[in-house]
Formats: sequence, structure tokens, C-alpha cells
Amino acid sequence: MSTQVFYFVATLSIIFSLMVIFAKNPIHSVLYLILTFFTFTVHYVLLNAQFLAVVNFIVYMGAIMVLFLFVLMLLNLNNETEPSKSPLIKIVGVIAGCCLVVTLVGSFKAASINSPLILKNQGLGLVENLGKELFGPFLLPFELSSLLLLAAMVGAVLLSKKDEVEA
Amino acid sequence: MDTGFIIEKFILVAVIFGISLVVAMYSTYAERKVAAYLQDRLGPDRAGPFGILQPLADGVKMFMKEEIIPASSSKWLFIIGPGLALLCACIGTAVIPWGSPMLIGGKLVPLQVADINVGVLYIFGVVSLGVYGVMIGGWASNNKYSLLSAIRAASQNISYEIAMGLSIIALLLMTNTLSLKTIVEQQHGLNWNVWYQPLGFLIFMVCSFAETNRAPFDLPECETELIGGYHTEYSSMKLGFYLFAEYINMFVSSAVMATLYFGGYNYPGMDSMAVWLGPTWAPLFGTAVFFGKIVFFIFFFMWVRWTIPRFRYDQLMNLGWKGLIPLAIANIIITGVVIAIIEKF
Repeated sequence: MSTQVFYFVATLSIIFSLMVIFAKNPIHSVLYLILTFFTFTVHYVLLNAQFLAVVNFIVYMGAIMVLFLFVLMLLNLNNETEPSKSPLIKIVGVIAGCCLVVTLVGSFKAASINSPLILKNQGLGLVENLGKELFGPFLLPFELSSLLLLAAMVGAVLLSKKDEVEA
Repeated sequence: MDTGFIIEKFILVAVIFGISLVVAMYSTYAERKVAAYLQDRLGPDRAGPFGILQPLADGVKMFMKEEIIPASSSKWLFIIGPGLALLCACIGTAVIPWGSPMLIGGKLVPLQVADINVGVLYIFGVVSLGVYGVMIGGWASNNKYSLLSAIRAASQNISYEIAMGLSIIALLLMTNTLSLKTIVEQQHGLNWNVWYQPLGFLIFMVCSFAETNRAPFDLPECETELIGGYHTEYSSMKLGFYLFAEYINMFVSSAVMATLYFGGYNYPGMDSMAVWLGPTWAPLFGTAVFFGKIVFFIFFFMWVRWTIPRFRYDQLMNLGWKGLIPLAIANIIITGVVIAIIEKF
């Protein structure tokens, strides 16, 4: 049952992520990206990682994608304003994409997919256990990354602040 | 998963869905009556005794009106917008514990659809998803006023979500759990969270006003500046969906406030009441008390709407970012320090 759900949702993820690329309208692209994130949330639930699922839901679907939409709606993108791409860039893009595919296929072959990793602790993704892991053995990395985020936030505020000398 | 379980949950979902629709329907009536009372008028009194059939008349009107989809709109998104708004409004009811487990035919039936252990975060996720209905509808209308309104709604929701989340964190520091069922059980009798978290409750309430786009934060539907708002281009039942979603949102956020801070189905003297009424009727009485609290909060929403004028946009942003967020962070720090001190001694 769980495996069938996985294959169904995985197919949906792939279809939606392809639609993100192929949609002509950037707003439609973002909406498909939201659907893709939603399927990721389902994947997390299937992996019994409830906290990660709901955080993915709140942060990516609820906040970051709203900001994406927000910016795109303000930009008013259409065919006339879009810069025309030269054929050279397109060729370079195709070559880069092919290189990525080769690398991915190679790495998948190296990793043996046929022996799936089984979690020692099935309830690792529940909030309580995750919190104990984060604030126990991984306290230093956790605090460091939160410091990094704080620094990024302060930097963003500083950049967006108007220059007071001119005014 | 046996058949009995599925049938039980199905009935529960149907009942909750029906109740939320009826409550939302009669909220429209109540709103007009409350407005009339506050402005010294009579309000609707033609359809039925005291105008009690007015919501039905409004519903029939909504269904009968002509459907107009603007030629320049994106048709699918134009249709999805109101549907999404109503869906997001309804799914929040799934994790709210409506009463303590009830004894039906020798079996304890929980009056909660799903007791997931991230219940509070689920509510938060549904709230943050709610803005998509407004954004998609506003953008798909291809009308500059609707677009402006959609953008307003987005930035307002994002801003107030932060303060809302921070006020919940202070509460979670005390409850030590994310499950709404456990949070309600901890507030037995009159041991309500609001006595411990008055500031947190105040911040949470202000944010839920902003998240439901209710006055004084109803900037997304500002008639004087935006003609109507995100639903300017909508007619018939699609407009009805948007208006209805607002009332269901109001119902759900009242229920969440009552659950998190006002003890849910708990009331003073519930133990002697449980002995007196027995295990079948006592939970129902608790549910009735819970609905009493919800009705009070819905009334409060309306009371505020007809008392306080709408904010200006910069005032809204100042209140959110410079008022509520620092207050919420201070609340977390104070709560943390107090908990640390209590645990030490």
C-alpha cells in the first residue's frame, strides 16, 4: 500500500516539476512549483518525518512561495519585456544539462539503490526525537547555522535600508 | 483500519463540515444583526420571524445570479481561486478536539477527526496556505485593483504569521506538546492557558484578525481604494465562496483561540457534571460549552469590526513588524526565564 502511494506521488512530483520548466507563464510555473512542494510534503509523511513535512508545508509552500508569487505579480512579465536569448546560450544550456544527466546517472549507479537504508529508529522524524537530537549531539552545528541565518537576516535588512546620508 | 473506524470518522467529518457551514451561514445573519444593534438599527427582519431565513434568501440569490468570467482572465485559475479559499478554510477543523471522548454503544468515540502530534503546526500551515485562494483569484482576474488587493493580502499574511508563530512558541514552551488534544486536556477545569499567557493570547488574537482579513485589518477588501478587493471581478457563487470562506475562517480561528487559550471543552465544575450526566452526555455538554466560547469569539470579531475603523497600510505594517514581533519575542524570553526559574527551585 505504502509503496503504491509512493510511486503515485513520485510520478506526480516528476510531472509537476516538468510542468514548472515547461509552463510559459512564470506565475503558472510558480503554482506548479507549489504543487511539487506539496507532493514533497506527502513524501515526508510517508517517511514518517511529520515535523519535516509540516515545516516544509509552512515554510516552503506557505511563506517562500507566497513571496515568489508576490514578486512575480509585481514584475508583470510578458513576452515583450523578456530579453531574447541568443542561440549560443541555448546550446551551452543543452550541453550543461546533458553533463548534469551523465553525472546523476553515474552517481545513481555508484550508489546501490537495491539495498534500501532502513532507519534504526522509526520514530526519528517525530518532533520530540528530532528536538532531542538537535539540542543534544548536534547542538553546536544547530546554533552555528542559526547564527548564520541571523547574520543573513541582518545583512538583508542593511541592504534594503535607504542611505540616510543622501536624504 | 476496520470499516467501523472509517464509518465513525466519516460521520464525524460530515457532522463537523455541516456544523461549520451552518455556523458560517448564520454568522452572516449575526453580523448584520450585531451591526444593526451597534448602529441603532433593526437589521434584516423580513424573511421569516426576526429575519431568521435571511441567510437562505442570500444563498438562493448567490446561486441564481449570472456567472461572469472575464474574457481576459486566466479561466482555470479564476475558478480555482475561490475553491481553494473555501477548502483551506474548511480543512483547519480536522485537528480541533470538539469534545472529550464520548461513550456511544459501549465504545469510546473521540470527538476529534485526527489527533496528529504536530496539530498546532498543522493549523499554522493551513493558515499560511489560506492566502493562495486570495492571491490566485486576485491575479487571475486580470484587474489592477484585484492584483493590488492580492499583493496586500500576501504581504499582510506573511507579516502577521511571524508574530503569530512566535506567540504560539511561548505557549508551547509551557505545554511541552504540539498535540491539540493534549493541550486541551492540560487545561482541566479552569486551569486555562490564558491565565499564564495573557500577552501571548493578545498577540495571537490580533494576528488571527489579520490572518482572517477581518476589520480593522481588512485591507485586501478596501472598498474606498480598491473598488471591492480581490473579488472585484467575481460574481454569483464564486463571490459567495470568498465571502463564505471568510466566515468559516472566523469560525475556525475562534475555535483555535478557544482551544489553545480558553480551555476548549473544559469548564469549572466539569468533574461533578461528568458524574451527574454520565459518559455519553457529559462530553456533549462540554462540546456545547466549547461552542459557547466559539460564539463569544465570533461575536468579538463582529464587535471589533463595527467599532474600530480600518488601519492605513503603513500603520498595519508598523504594528506587525515593530509592535507585535518584538512583543512576542519578549514574551518568549520572559516565559523561558520563568520556566527555568520554576524548574530550578
